[in-house]
Amino acid sequence: MTFMAKPKLHHPDLQKNSLGYTRRDYEGTISTLCAGCGHDSISAAIVRACFELELPPHRIAKLSGIGCSSKTPTYFLGASHGFNSVHGRMPSVLTGANLANRDLIYLGVSGDGDSASIGLGQFAHALRRGVNMVYIVENNGVYGLTKGQFSATSDKGAKSKRGAPNNDEPINLVGMALQLGATFVARSFSGDKAQLVPLIEAALKHPGAAFIDCISPCVAFNNHEGSTKSFDYVREHNSAVNYLDFITTKPEITAEYEPGTVQTITQHDGSMLRFRKLDSDYDVNDRIAAMTYMQERQAAGEIVTGLLFIDPNPQDLHLHLKTSAQPLNGLQEDALVPGSAALAKINAGLR
Amino acid sequence: MQATDVEDPDYFHKVVDCQWACPAHTPVPEYIRLIAAGRYADAFMVNWKSNVFPGILGRTCDRPCEPACRRGRVEEEPVAICRLKRVAADYKGDVSARMPGKPTTQNGKKIALIGAGPASLTVARDLAPLGYHLVIYDADRRAGGMIRSQIPKFRLPEEVIDEEVGYIAAMGPEMRLGQRVDSLKALLDEGYDAVFVGSGAPRGRDLKLPGRQEAAANIHIGIDWLASVSFGHIRHVGQRVIVLGGGNTAMDCCRSARRLGGRDVKVIVRSGFEEMKASPWEKQDAMNEDIPILNYLVPKEFRHDNGRLYGMTFEKVQAVYDAQNRRKLVPTGEPEVFFECDDVLVAVGQENAFPWIERDIGLAFDDRSMPVVDETTFQSTEKRVFFGGDAAFGPKNIIWAVAHGHQAAISIHQFCQGMNVAERPPPMVTLASQKMGIHEWSYDNGISIDLRFKVPHRDKFAALQDINSEVELGFDIKTAFAEAQRCLNCDVQTMFTDKLCIECDACVDICPVDCITFTQNGPEAELRTRLNAPAHNLGQALLVSAPLKTGRIMAKDEDVCLHCGLCAERCPTGAWDMQRFLIDVAQAEKACCSS
Repeated sequence: MTFMAKPKLHHPDLQKNSLGYTRRDYEGTISTLCAGCGHDSISAAIVRACFELELPPHRIAKLSGIGCSSKTPTYFLGASHGFNSVHGRMPSVLTGANLANRDLIYLGVSGDGDSASIGLGQFAHALRRGVNMVYIVENNGVYGLTKGQFSATSDKGAKSKRGAPNNDEPINLVGMALQLGATFVARSFSGDKAQLVPLIEAALKHPGAAFIDCISPCVAFNNHEGSTKSFDYVREHNSAVNYLDFITTKPEITAEYEPGTVQTITQHDGSMLRFRKLDSDYDVNDRIAAMTYMQERQAAGEIVTGLLFIDPNPQDLHLHLKTSAQPLNGLQEDALVPGSAALAKINAGLR
Repeated sequence: MQATDVEDPDYFHKVVDCQWACPAHTPVPEYIRLIAAGRYADAFMVNWKSNVFPGILGRTCDRPCEPACRRGRVEEEPVAICRLKRVAADYKGDVSARMPGKPTTQNGKKIALIGAGPASLTVARDLAPLGYHLVIYDADRRAGGMIRSQIPKFRLPEEVIDEEVGYIAAMGPEMRLGQRVDSLKALLDEGYDAVFVGSGAPRGRDLKLPGRQEAAANIHIGIDWLASVSFGHIRHVGQRVIVLGGGNTAMDCCRSARRLGGRDVKVIVRSGFEEMKASPWEKQDAMNEDIPILNYLVPKEFRHDNGRLYGMTFEKVQAVYDAQNRRKLVPTGEPEVFFECDDVLVAVGQENAFPWIERDIGLAFDDRSMPVVDETTFQSTEKRVFFGGDAAFGPKNIIWAVAHGHQAAISIHQFCQGMNVAERPPPMVTLASQKMGIHEWSYDNGISIDLRFKVPHRDKFAALQDINSEVELGFDIKTAFAEAQRCLNCDVQTMFTDKLCIECDACVDICPVDCITFTQNGPEAELRTRLNAPAHNLGQALLVSAPLKTGRIMAKDEDVCLHCGLCAERCPTGAWDMQRFLIDVAQAEKACCSS
């Protein structure tokens, strides 16, 4: 791990956003992960996304479980709220926090061990409830902290660093997220920030359960020949369905595109996602087709990346529960304890 | 863009901005690290090898290194390189045992050096260890040239000159001081194998204005006046003094006048304040001593009463720029301005003068009466005669004289050994990895965020009482360490090995100044616009790799790299390494000291 602090000096031309922050202001302390870890690239992508979206750092809550991936919230958004929870329990803690204060932006960071093994049930239920959050799995296919055993997302037949093959079927988190009703599902790669940063931005803007499966090579234990989550393997087998170009509130398209290759999706809040389609037949609004397509490509040995599914009119947990528009933690005592007259009224309504 | 050729010694040399900007190519970061380590004598010797006069230059250098310093581009002010050099000289202790001493054998060649200033002394320093019989002539009785005669003692104490000139005198050259050379022809006839002319630019420019002749008793040429002050011939000046001119000589004149009885001393310049030739810090030092600098005033007349000077008149002008952005000073039409004064010091420039060089000995002069001198070899058209310092291309600074001296010494040596003078010896370059462990480097890569420290000055009242009392007190050891830590170690280079790179982006993510980009190749001008931080500073190179596995290239903008080594530290494969670049710029055969 690196011991020295990242120098405070920055490029003289470093831009400030409308809040007066530079990108560097969204960083955390220096990473203690292994040099070259894909997770550090994801942290950098989150920093860039939050800077570009001009999010006030104190309005973001970052939550994680246990593992290499779950250490990363220390390395970004140093001025945001953080909660490092029990192994696999990030989704519950995030759900609770979200119910208490719906005004914050929730960013759940987890790994393949944290979400696909010990926390699989938590993962499933947070998605099916539609908690308004960004749920990122930094997926490297191994247990890095315990020296590289296969994790539950490791592909069948993939080889460990010492050459032993994995005999178990992998859990496909993207497939599960689609099936469980997540309203924003994407997959990306830590080595491709051009794809990853806009996806994180779109997910942060999405008012529902947004899931990103981000393949993130473990340089120490899963970047060898025979691995299906190495830099080389992912680059060779990456099949991107689209590239999200930008998020805008303006309707006109200024850049020139081949006809039929651009799709714009207007979101609930009026913002628009505009992306280049690499596969012109792919429809990001069709959940069933997305599942089928992904399975087909996976069977053909490809790794499908990009924005795979988005519901332009998502519903979230607060809507289902009909909670008050004002965050629960902001309600005063007179609202929370309305008195015996109010109780009598409720009781009368139930007679 | 072609992949960068890092084998070219100039590539990494240019990254070390200070060293590249220094005419003598002093390895600045190297000696600053030695200062930080408390190895003052070693730091002094590194300097001594390159610039010969560390204690003198540490007080008087024009510091071309400082505007070039990378620190000035990422923070407000450059490292105080010049004053750190003085620290090395102040705290070095006794280094006489490390000096080369007299050579044990002579090579039988005899060289005359005209002038005992910085250029000639540098030639002597470089040639003496090679066994040359050197004869140094100077009209003054003491060696040092303009260093001794023109720089006031309150900026440069006499002991410092004595010490550093003494190191060279101890190497055995024959010093013929107090002997003016009146004929180059006669000198050549004495059978010297080569002659070096380092006689400086000894003539101060005059102002031919009405009243100049009549009031001559109170009108002085700046450099002559400074010399007379230096040698103790002049001890007083009138209470009201006008100094004409905006260069460093004018600053030395006005500050000297303040110490010799001048109470109302002012500097008056034709141009604007910003365009003055004087170094900004010298202007500041003058103003700190209550000397106003009045600008846009063109001198018109010396006013006198039967030969007794009582003032000067000036015409007010303003700067007007034409279409080619050339400046012209145009009278404003306002009435002339009059200032009272008792003495005027004229410091409006210096000129070369070679009345002692016969024009029929095969040594060509150009139409400006300057000798025709080769800019690389410093050889004149008379093959035995070499020039350097102000005598070669007009007035410059001490550090240029030193640089000229080194080159002329190489030429003289090659000439005397029958080698081709035009074939310059190449530099020696060393690149050595600084990695000691996974996260350990043999240089201090933590970046200090301290702002530049100020050198303490003597109390103004005390300083103005005594012209020999040095104003600047120099850094103490603690401040020197803190200032040394501001150095970014630009000589510890970022070396990239494309074959090892797995394109994981770790270096891109960690770089505090966004100088690394992995992208598609393209023409340089276009590539510069689409880097993570656009590279607008065209004076700074891009380090570009050969195509990587994905077909992209790595492009690193050298401009504001902090040399913190985080790219190398976060690189999983060792594709980045931090390597110390040492360039040993060639001097006349056999480097004359160990460093």
